[in-house]
Amino acid sequence: MRDFGVNSEIWVEIQRKNNYNNKKEIAPGGFVNVKKETVMIRMKVVLSNLTKKFPNRDKKAGADVVAVNGFSFEIPDGKLVGLLGPSGCGKSTTLHLLSGLQKPTSGKIYFGDDDVTNLPPEHRGVGLVFQNYALYPHLTVMQNIVFPLENQKGKDRLTKEQMREKAYEAAKLVQIEELMERKPSELSGGQQQRVAIARALVKMPKILLLDEPLSNLDARLRLQTREEIRRIQRETGITTVFVTHDQEEAMSISDLIIVMKEGVVQQIGEPQSVYDDPSNLFVAKFLGTPPINVFEGTVRGGKLYIGEEAVLEVTGISDRDVAVAIRPEGFVLAETGAFRLDLTRVEVMGRDVSVVSTHPFSENETIRSIIRAENMSEIRGTTVRFDLIPQKVFVFDKETGARIRTDL
Amino acid sequence: MKKRTDFEKIERTADVRKKVLTSVTYVLLGLWGIMVLFPFYWMLLTSVKSYGAYNAEYIPKLFTLTPTLENYISAFTEVPLLDYFVNTVIFTVITTALMLIVTVFAAFAFARLQFRGKDLLFTLFLALMMIPSELVVITNYVTVTNLELRNTFAGLILPSVTSVFYIYLLKENFSQVPNELYYAAKVDGTSDLKYLFKVLIPITKPTIITVTILKVIECWNSYVWPRLVTDEQSHFLVSNGIQAIRESGFGRENIPAMMAAVVVISVPLIALFLIFRKKIMEGVSRGGTKG
Amino acid sequence: MEEKNYKAWLYLLPALLFLGAFMVYPLIDVFIYSLEEGYNFASQSFSGIGTYNYSYILHDTFFLQAVKNTFILVFITVPLSTGIALLISLGLNSIKKLRELFQTVYFLPYVTNTLAVGLVFMILFQKTPYSDGFVNLIIQFFGGEAIDFIDGPYWAKMFVLCFYTIWVVMPFKILILTSALASVNGDYYKAAKVDGTSRFRIFTKITLPMISPSLFYLVITGFIGAFKAYSDAVALFGTDLNAAEMNTIVGYVYDMLYGDSGGYPSYASAAAIVLFAIVLTITVINLMVSKKHVHY
Repeated sequence: MRDFGVNSEIWVEIQRKNNYNNKKEIAPGGFVNVKKETVMIRMKVVLSNLTKKFPNRDKKAGADVVAVNGFSFEIPDGKLVGLLGPSGCGKSTTLHLLSGLQKPTSGKIYFGDDDVTNLPPEHRGVGLVFQNYALYPHLTVMQNIVFPLENQKGKDRLTKEQMREKAYEAAKLVQIEELMERKPSELSGGQQQRVAIARALVKMPKILLLDEPLSNLDARLRLQTREEIRRIQRETGITTVFVTHDQEEAMSISDLIIVMKEGVVQQIGEPQSVYDDPSNLFVAKFLGTPPINVFEGTVRGGKLYIGEEAVLEVTGISDRDVAVAIRPEGFVLAETGAFRLDLTRVEVMGRDVSVVSTHPFSENETIRSIIRAENMSEIRGTTVRFDLIPQKVFVFDKETGARIRTDL
Repeated sequence: MKKRTDFEKIERTADVRKKVLTSVTYVLLGLWGIMVLFPFYWMLLTSVKSYGAYNAEYIPKLFTLTPTLENYISAFTEVPLLDYFVNTVIFTVITTALMLIVTVFAAFAFARLQFRGKDLLFTLFLALMMIPSELVVITNYVTVTNLELRNTFAGLILPSVTSVFYIYLLKENFSQVPNELYYAAKVDGTSDLKYLFKVLIPITKPTIITVTILKVIECWNSYVWPRLVTDEQSHFLVSNGIQAIRESGFGRENIPAMMAAVVVISVPLIALFLIFRKKIMEGVSRGGTKG
Repeated sequence: MEEKNYKAWLYLLPALLFLGAFMVYPLIDVFIYSLEEGYNFASQSFSGIGTYNYSYILHDTFFLQAVKNTFILVFITVPLSTGIALLISLGLNSIKKLRELFQTVYFLPYVTNTLAVGLVFMILFQKTPYSDGFVNLIIQFFGGEAIDFIDGPYWAKMFVLCFYTIWVVMPFKILILTSALASVNGDYYKAAKVDGTSRFRIFTKITLPMISPSLFYLVITGFIGAFKAYSDAVALFGTDLNAAEMNTIVGYVYDMLYGDSGGYPSYASAAAIVLFAIVLTITVINLMVSKKHVHY
């Protein structure tokens, strides 16, 4: 593993050679096939106990606003990482800290083995794609893409011809090579997004940062673009961090997701494992559509009660009040099921059926459970009975929301 | 370990650069601040120096230890400063009020009412915006002279009333008010006039205030037209008054008293500015031109 | 619909009356005046129609002096004031502390009476038998020779006039440019910073193109305004500007109309129309240049 501090010129040189080599391998579709085995220089990123405080606007209120609090994490090289959380949770601040646009109040940031905590952004070698793309409106697509290259000075500086070549490579990667002479105002939102990514990629960043990359696109483009981001990341192998508030978006393309809330990291892991094993109630609620169903429950004598019904057996937990969360797919229709709900209506979605019901001990107004369409005929009357799948049921501390790990 | 020190160096130079740049910025901004404020300081300072003390200073002093108010008394007693003041207030109030009525009505007609030839007329109005006042002032002078309105308030006020630009500004603002409000008012049987006063004007109050303030500033500082149509001191406005004071004022070159008069004239607008700072700056950036 | 029609005209009536009497009619009339030869103000009669009035003013040394003064004033103050205002606005936009205070202070000249504050400038620059004045004090401090800026050599008078004009027009320019700079989306600067763009390049490649519409607006209005300079000169040098060699074209118009040599509305009209033609030409040139360089 080559680290960033050794010599960035050598690094650039290797990258350049790489690209020349790869040029021979341009696939019929126009993709640049960067093979994973070739020398890819990627960056491990380590955040250590990172904290960012902002002075409170309302000076009388006194205390600083903590945007990021004690963030520690290691982002393995070459991965696509989704930074996920509701708005105002500090995810954009984290991105700005990584890029160097903001400095942390305390804590350290390492790229590879190098401490870059106080390094100004231009020396970090990061590519940043803004939520609104920040394309220069008075420059053409080509001029926008070569802009970062023109900033290089001295021996790093490429000739005009090399710059154009690099810009075309980047443009090809995001498939906008036909649009090079247009102005940003003449492009659709999706095209602008691609230009912004090309501009970030052209200088061969060690890390690519994307701020809400899909939020300004319509639903159809969003699906398409997220595949695109995945493909670009795979082909370049650049360690990529993207910020989003949309859990589905994050789950679908990330190698790893980081769930944040109010400046504090809640959970880090592969999307599926975070979904299957949430570490607290917030994470459980934040991931999944339809959202998880939460009930007030109690544990008494090795049984988990919701209301007066004992729904599951539990072991290894003393008697106490708990919060019970059940994934929509954790319900199985059963004539003699232990869990009885008041049926509101059944919504047909084709392959699946969503059963909407209520329960006096439910935290949500309605409870949604997903069952297979062929079982629909079993639903009759005003109540519906379920058995629960133990792996889809999580128990949390009623006060703190912390997961209570038990064998269900 | 070599690369570590390199990093620190980069960080340090970036830091030092930033600090130097910030300091230079503050020094330059401070310098311009002094340039702006110094004349004000000087006029205040001179206005509280006594006549004798001022004339004894071959090298002007930057401060005084014996401030006096006698110049302010002379300014009000030896020259008709108070008359100039009252004239200007009368002129400003009437002109601004008339201007508001005329422009609001015209803007309302253009923004809301339908009539034949509206677009053509509005285009003609816009074309008038490009006509410099220097072109029309000549005939206006002749007109006012022929009507024997020289040295009257009517002569001062009437040609200063209309402003095509303000009609344009108000029309644009009125047009932004949603049509639904007008139709709703119509359905409820509200007359146009009532709609204008009860709905439109309250909604567009910020713009109307802006226009008013701009006109007040314009009136208070107007010099050229009043100079043309007034040659009797009894109808001088402050600008002409200060010019008269300068040329024949106190019977002698009484600069401290002149400065006292200047302070008195400047205070109302500065006070107005400090009270409505945000509104005025916003209004000027949207619609003001000077220079 | 008919009734509405007539109501609308009722609302427009006051504006139409005022504009007709004091703008449209005079506009037509001024061209007529400028062509009436030998017009007598008292009897309101004239001897013939022709271009004599134009030829008279174009041969009048006072008019030529006024044209020269005006051009010098315009071509010094417009670029200088716009440039300094841009520098100051860039400075203002880069700081946080004291920013509002600076903005407030810088705006003060806008709300002051040009005539009144001009008097202060006169006193600061004047050299009299009793005192060399404040500015000369500073010049002498740095080892210079005292100069009378108000009654002295031509260049000294022109310097004060330019200086005061710039002082007066600054607030408006600073205000427009600071709001133009502030309205540039901060993400552009962040993007440029991440890409390691130098300050100079950020300024020329991003800031300038982004604020170019405001900049050209200022240049155009600046030219128009400076060509109409008059009260600044009166404030500094008194009403007899011809004697002070500091007259401007507008000053010439007023002097012809009224004043010591006054009573010639025909000459005044001709001069006003010449001024209008100059301003129009310059504005058209400005607009043509801006079409080429403004990026929106």
